[in-house]
Amino acid sequence: MQWKRVVLGPTLVLAASSVAFAGPNPAGGTISGKVTYEGTPAKMKPIDMSKEPSCAKMYTTPPVAETVVAGSGNSLEDVVVYISAGAPDDAAPSTAAVFTQKGCRYIPHVLAFQVNQELKIVNEDQTSHNIHPLPKLNREWNKSQPPGTPAISEKYDKAEFIPVKCNVHPWMHGNFAVMKNSHYGVTADGGAFSLANLPPGKYTVSAWHESYGDQSQEVTISGNETKTVNFVFKAKPY
Amino acid sequence: MGKFFAVVLVVIALASAYPIVKHHFPLPEDISTHGHLIDKQLHETMVEAGIAFVGAQLVLALFLWSFTGRKPGAPLKSFPGGAKGLVIFAFVIVGLEVLALGVLGQKAWASVYFTPAKADALQVQAQAEQFAFYFRYAGPDGKFGQIHPEKIDEGNQNYFGLDPENDVAARDDIVSGELVIPVNKEVHLMLHGKDVGHSFYVRELRIQQDFVPGLDLSVHFTATKTGKYEIVCTQLCGLGHYNMKAYLNVMSQADFDAWLKQQSQ
Repeated sequence: MQWKRVVLGPTLVLAASSVAFAGPNPAGGTISGKVTYEGTPAKMKPIDMSKEPSCAKMYTTPPVAETVVAGSGNSLEDVVVYISAGAPDDAAPSTAAVFTQKGCRYIPHVLAFQVNQELKIVNEDQTSHNIHPLPKLNREWNKSQPPGTPAISEKYDKAEFIPVKCNVHPWMHGNFAVMKNSHYGVTADGGAFSLANLPPGKYTVSAWHESYGDQSQEVTISGNETKTVNFVFKAKPY
Repeated sequence: MGKFFAVVLVVIALASAYPIVKHHFPLPEDISTHGHLIDKQLHETMVEAGIAFVGAQLVLALFLWSFTGRKPGAPLKSFPGGAKGLVIFAFVIVGLEVLALGVLGQKAWASVYFTPAKADALQVQAQAEQFAFYFRYAGPDGKFGQIHPEKIDEGNQNYFGLDPENDVAARDDIVSGELVIPVNKEVHLMLHGKDVGHSFYVRELRIQQDFVPGLDLSVHFTATKTGKYEIVCTQLCGLGHYNMKAYLNVMSQADFDAWLKQQSQ
């Protein structure tokens, strides 16, 4: 289960990019590890969707906020682990990254994709949404999406982390992680990540969390080796 | 032709007045202690405006009837004092009407705006933002935490900008998307606007009050009947205005206490 989100998305991307760019050594080295927290994370508050009954009725117990998602064994979910330096920029894969609005929430909560990769935004709800990402480097836009309308297609041309909000439903909140290269993953329950297909070299591996900020570590890869790197974030009770 | 128009005018005026006089469009149920005053005021306004409306139409019809077929060049009678007299007369009539409405309505207005809420009223803070209402209760300690606008973080459900890390009073504050209140107990609702102008309107409560950013306004009321009622924004506030609503849930005191307890867990 934990591999689903972490590995499947990027491996599709990797599979595509390895054919095109990895050259004679498609396997390369791997950096893998786990993201955990220490301390007590804040208790996530339930989301009151009573103003939007079509969404509220989709839940038997109200869903909770996702600004900190603690997984089993102190693992931290929704952390973007990526190569921030050392790897060349990759061309965007042809597959689209899909961001879905369902039950007045964003699925996934953190969506990572590459610069110039197609971003598809889907509304599966019976209500109108208004997608409003708040970039600092890219161009800002703000689009309405009534129920039943086709997916919105967008692109970002600069790498950055972008908070996303819905102008109609204040509780809706997500994040876009626009990546320079194809070596990234978003942690799920278990906190595991694996950045594969890295040619020998010196890399900076970074881990970004929307509430706890980011951390970086230097890693040198030689040959086809797998190096383990772990990240520990300090959780705050409030 | 003029006589025909006069008759049509009288028919239209009487036909429009008829359903109002017969109360074909009754007011929604009133669930507040002060609501009957508002209803009385509405009724008086309706009667006054209705008489003025029908009277004006009848006078117009009379003029149409009597001046139709006037011989060209025949002398016209003018209002005593000419145009100036007419304007003064209109000012006095309209002024008296507005003054009468004010005098008659001051009791209803004063019961909501000029009398403070009782000391033991339930204190609730309402915050309006594009495009939702949120309500805050002080929690078990009976104290509201301070508001810090820079701490507002909707994604983290911090709509009021509380700072639980440094502010102990804020830790147990209860924030709800629904206004839950006990029946037969006075509620003191403090209105706080986050962004643009909004409005708090519950027709069954006979309360309509604007949120004005930068102003702390308040209303107080006592609901007399349990049930769920709609709170709507009646001040055009932007793209999602149509979707800006919340619910008022009036419960028995016991149910309300249980709800509060469950919320503070």
